Amino acid sequence: MSVFCEVPQAAPVAVFKLSQDFNNDQSPDKVNLGVGAYRTDECKPWVLPVVKKVENIIVQDANLNHEYLPILGLPEFRSAASKIALGDDSPAIQENRVGAVQCLGGTGALKMGAEFLRRFHNGNNNTKTPVYVSAPTWENHNAVFANAGFEDIRPYKYWDAEKRGLDLSGFLGDLESCPQHSVFVLHACAHNPTGTDPTQEQWMQIAEVMMRRKLFVFFDSAYQGFASGSLEKDAWAIRYFVSMGFEMFCAQSFSKNFGLYNERVGNLTIVAHDADNLKRVLSQMEKIVRTTWSNPPSQGARIVAVTLNSPELFTEWKDNVKTMADRVLLMRAQLKAKLQALGTPGTWDHITEQIGMFSFTGLNTKQVEYMVKERHVYLMASGRINMCGLTSKNINYVAESIHEAVTKVQ
Amino acid sequence: MSRPSGGLDEILVKQNGGDPGGHHCEPINTHSAAAVPAAAAAEGAEPGPDSKQLSALKRDSQARRVDLTGREYYSEEGKTFQLRLVGKIKQQLNADPCLCPEYPSSLGLTEFTRRANEVVLGKSSRAIMESRVLGVQTPGFTAAVRLGAELLRHCFDAGAAWCGPVYLSSPCDDSLAGIFQAAGIQDIRRYYYWDDKLRCICLEKLLQDLEGAPEQSVVVLSASAHYPTGADLSQDQWTVITQLIMRRRLFPFLLLPAQGLCYGDFKRDSWPVQLCASQGMELLCAQSFSHCFGLYGEAVGHLLCVLKQSSLLISLQSQAVKLVRSLWARPSVGGADVVATVLSNPAHLVEWQGEVKRMVERSKLIRDILREKLRLLGTPGCWDHLTQQGGLYCSTGLNDQQVEFLTKRRHVNLLPSGCLNVSAINGRNLKYISESIHLAMTTSP
Repeated sequence: MSVFCEVPQAAPVAVFKLSQDFNNDQSPDKVNLGVGAYRTDECKPWVLPVVKKVENIIVQDANLNHEYLPILGLPEFRSAASKIALGDDSPAIQENRVGAVQCLGGTGALKMGAEFLRRFHNGNNNTKTPVYVSAPTWENHNAVFANAGFEDIRPYKYWDAEKRGLDLSGFLGDLESCPQHSVFVLHACAHNPTGTDPTQEQWMQIAEVMMRRKLFVFFDSAYQGFASGSLEKDAWAIRYFVSMGFEMFCAQSFSKNFGLYNERVGNLTIVAHDADNLKRVLSQMEKIVRTTWSNPPSQGARIVAVTLNSPELFTEWKDNVKTMADRVLLMRAQLKAKLQALGTPGTWDHITEQIGMFSFTGLNTKQVEYMVKERHVYLMASGRINMCGLTSKNINYVAESIHEAVTKVQ
Repeated sequence: MSRPSGGLDEILVKQNGGDPGGHHCEPINTHSAAAVPAAAAAEGAEPGPDSKQLSALKRDSQARRVDLTGREYYSEEGKTFQLRLVGKIKQQLNADPCLCPEYPSSLGLTEFTRRANEVVLGKSSRAIMESRVLGVQTPGFTAAVRLGAELLRHCFDAGAAWCGPVYLSSPCDDSLAGIFQAAGIQDIRRYYYWDDKLRCICLEKLLQDLEGAPEQSVVVLSASAHYPTGADLSQDQWTVITQLIMRRRLFPFLLLPAQGLCYGDFKRDSWPVQLCASQGMELLCAQSFSHCFGLYGEAVGHLLCVLKQSSLLISLQSQAVKLVRSLWARPSVGGADVVATVLSNPAHLVEWQGEVKRMVERSKLIRDILREKLRLLGTPGCWDHLTQQGGLYCSTGLNDQQVEFLTKRRHVNLLPSGCLNVSAINGRNLKYISESIHLAMTTSP
């Protein structure tokens, strides 16, 4: 008898299943608006030119160090990555109270942060501390915190489906009424899946409550630069919170803004109260890393480090990022224009008002089903579409499909 | 069979074209530099034995010292290196326009896991042919063990979260217990393995310990190149142990961190895994390709699970995907690409095996010469175990005081258990090391 004979089949990850179904679809018109990765106008993944350049430099380097990376990762990557989030001139960095852990992608960074918090935040091993994630949020947030041992993962009000915008009063209400020391996972910019971010004024209100109620700030920053095309703009919320004196974690991913999806480049930036505090936190992080992957992979971190630490390459990278952001903005503008031209019922301003890779179209589940089954346009059941899946060749078809879905299906 | 006396270090050094020095030691090496930042950070937490060692190294920086604690395979020049073939392949892959920067599957690259399964179990393995093998690419060896631990926690023995016991060898890698505990498995026990006095594995006591293990216990066994002792079970011993495991309904979790680097023979190094599989056992096997490819920085690991029935594969795979999603989501591809390219090309395979063989031959030579040196010095005790063992590590059998003597008085750093990394010995430090061991044995209690 197998010891595994009673293992149940786990539900497939929705976005993976969507991609699988798309791949199996034989229709020549099929469009994949599900996957969260950048695509060119030819609908291909894009190796950033600066990345190609740096990869060549690395592979030619005869003096490259082939050892295990330190447990916390490549030092020049960690510091450069944190600077990108907090700003070169960040007082927190100057005060030596910013540290970082190189991780396996954004997920790895969330994981390390979650494991640390479960062990040391709000008492020792307090698995009952509530962790709040936005409603809706990237669905893996739940799994990461749950598997780190947190027993109480709750939604905080975020998306107002009727208004098709941020439910600020609901959000602030949850912040006021939650238990003190609760952990809040905030999307730094380009909220996934809604594409709706708080304005600067709204962030200020959120910060005020969080400070007063002693809530723990955990930023998830997967789209810096990608959202607006400007690194500084996309990091505004993070930097504001730092300037307000918060201690916090920021899980950074370089998958999207470097196109390094397959190299798993992430960074957990830690802003501590003081240098001594930081030292002790990092020492505990090391222990946690040691029992998870021990030494992170070097290739992706090296590419990012070399790029960020060279003024020329850094400029070239920002340019590449803007190329991606601009294409997304173009697709947003065109989709909205086409829907308006078609006279598709409803307002479509949210398509251009929303930020980042994703758009919450507002299509209901029946309409989504229609899109997938009848039109072979694949999107998430929530109505989320990846703007990068749109191209000059398929945008008309997609606009027409949305038009049909909205008019034929209620 | 002994070598001619005198000029032994010259033999070693001539082999590698180096300069026969006196007993001058290495200054701080590149291979220990990487460890230093970790040591600095570790001061806040309760340091584990390895971290304490690293802190000591840092303080030792003024003195000349010989560091034999490293985890990588070092060249005669005292550096880690990537295999020539690997360098070539990396260039090739870099120039390949077809390679796509896509998200890999949570299970990793298909070609990689396929080849990783094959290299361990053999291409004609029944388990593979019958689709009873789950393979998951992981970011390194630790991650493979961690994923195995998570699978056991969530999927072992029907339903409720499994919490052990897990049996680890005594001694073993000091991070293993922590990995299982991090996965929520608290009940960690030891089984007798290396006998300091006899300077070999004590099978009798090992069997006794496993005999007393509750049914459904997981036993972590080193398939080859045991860390840190370098002492491996013989094929006869394996046969006896697998019988016990089956009779007592225990579950084997095999570690294969350096396939090929033990005996220079990939089949031989993974023989215990093949034995278990051929006897119809279910097992987990954690693999690393860091050492045998020189890909340390690339974190190329693999977890393999042999099941009794192919019908269970899909379910277990789906659970593995779910667990990976909450750990690191997906592995990194770079190193796995290289490994897959080598393993699926017969010409590359031959070249790779050749490079690995050379590494093994050097290790063997070092063991030989070290043993001979100690014999010539008249160092007390029997040192046969040095050449009976294989792989990167070797257990000297020195006790705590002797190890401390080496660290403090001779600036020769060993692992706390008295084990050392054979490849870190070279023509320049061999004389000094052997003399140091001699002094430790003769002047310390």
